[in-house]
Amino acid sequence: MASVTENELKSMTQEERVKALGMTSEQLTGRSMFMEFDPGETERFEYPWAPKVDFNKRTELDSENMTSTEVNNEIRKLMNEGYGTIVLKNPRGKHSLAVGILSKLNLIIEGSTGYFGVGLIDGPNVRINGRVGWSCGENMMSGTVLIEKNAGSTFGAAIRGGDLVCKGSVGSRTGIDMKGGTIIVGGDTGALSGFMMQRGRMIVCGNAGKNLGDSMYDGTIYVGGSIKSCGVDAVEAELTQVDKDWLKRKLNLYGLLPTKGVDHFTKVVAGKMLWNYDNLEPTEKKLIL
Amino acid sequence: MAGTQYRGSELKNVDQFLDDADGLDSEREKEIGQHIGYRYDVNLVPDYKRLTPFLKKYMEIMGWDDLNWLEDIHMGYEEAKPAVFDRNINGWVRVPDSIDLPDNQQDRDMIARELLLKFQMSDRHPLVALRKAYMKF
Repeated sequence: MASVTENELKSMTQEERVKALGMTSEQLTGRSMFMEFDPGETERFEYPWAPKVDFNKRTELDSENMTSTEVNNEIRKLMNEGYGTIVLKNPRGKHSLAVGILSKLNLIIEGSTGYFGVGLIDGPNVRINGRVGWSCGENMMSGTVLIEKNAGSTFGAAIRGGDLVCKGSVGSRTGIDMKGGTIIVGGDTGALSGFMMQRGRMIVCGNAGKNLGDSMYDGTIYVGGSIKSCGVDAVEAELTQVDKDWLKRKLNLYGLLPTKGVDHFTKVVAGKMLWNYDNLEPTEKKLIL
Repeated sequence: MAGTQYRGSELKNVDQFLDDADGLDSEREKEIGQHIGYRYDVNLVPDYKRLTPFLKKYMEIMGWDDLNWLEDIHMGYEEAKPAVFDRNINGWVRVPDSIDLPDNQQDRDMIARELLLKFQMSDRHPLVALRKAYMKF
């Protein structure tokens, strides 16, 4: 609002100032969208805009001499042609590969990817035979991602759904700000893993670095090895039979169930001392559901 | 038992938040004077014996061995109405009165997953209009 001078703003009440700056003083209520489900909704299993792909229709894509953008565009083109299984060869550590895939797909990446690989995906099953750089699976919504080797820092940052699995070890800040889904690490994880975690589950079969679960609001972290230290408001909790059954089922899916079982896992949850919002608390929490 | 645990309090019966719209149960709720709708145990483990045929087919089509992202979906309650949180529109979508609710939370969660999925995939979902208006690729 360039037309309002600083002096004018100073002379206004708070409410006038808010309006003059184009903001609203209306308190968020956090109520429903006033929308109702339609019980007679047509049965459909994919988004209306999703390409019709067939898992049995397979092709290969050699990305040796392509840029990341060209690779991503080519993947979309192949999906529009109905290919449901794509083998990506020679990724050569390129950044931002296979991002924004919003429908089902079997994607096999033969090699290693760089930063922000397979981010913002909603549906595909991805297998990466090599390593991945920082922020792999960032903001993932659904699907499965399986990495055979190690991963960099901020693995699964802000993930909201799906299974993100690294069979090797990962860097620091794994699952930072995660809001749902499951992150599984076959090896060790670095410092500040689960930082500001809000929902979802993380399984670390190996050791966890210092400040595990620092400032976590909710969610659960399971650690099979040692924990260097827990962060602020992260506390150990009892490992129940429900936890054990869930751990066994989930780890079995990816061949990561330890031979000695899961009884030795430590469960870490939020101590909830940080649950100290103002009276907008319900609204705030709904925003992260 | 899965389906009875709530954050900060124990669920007395499955209709607790339908019968009691205010739902001021925990100390925190009494303090702020508002029911916290998300408070159901979000880490509930789905009972796979209760999968609906629609959800089984969805898992098969997507090539998943379990419910994947739908494990995080549960039936919640908003102003004494059953509702499901849709992350794609960041709001609650209500379950119509014409749908009979089962007598346990696990089956209600399965219905919630099915309703949400059908809604998200439908042409009347707000994301369809948003996509038309703002789609970049």
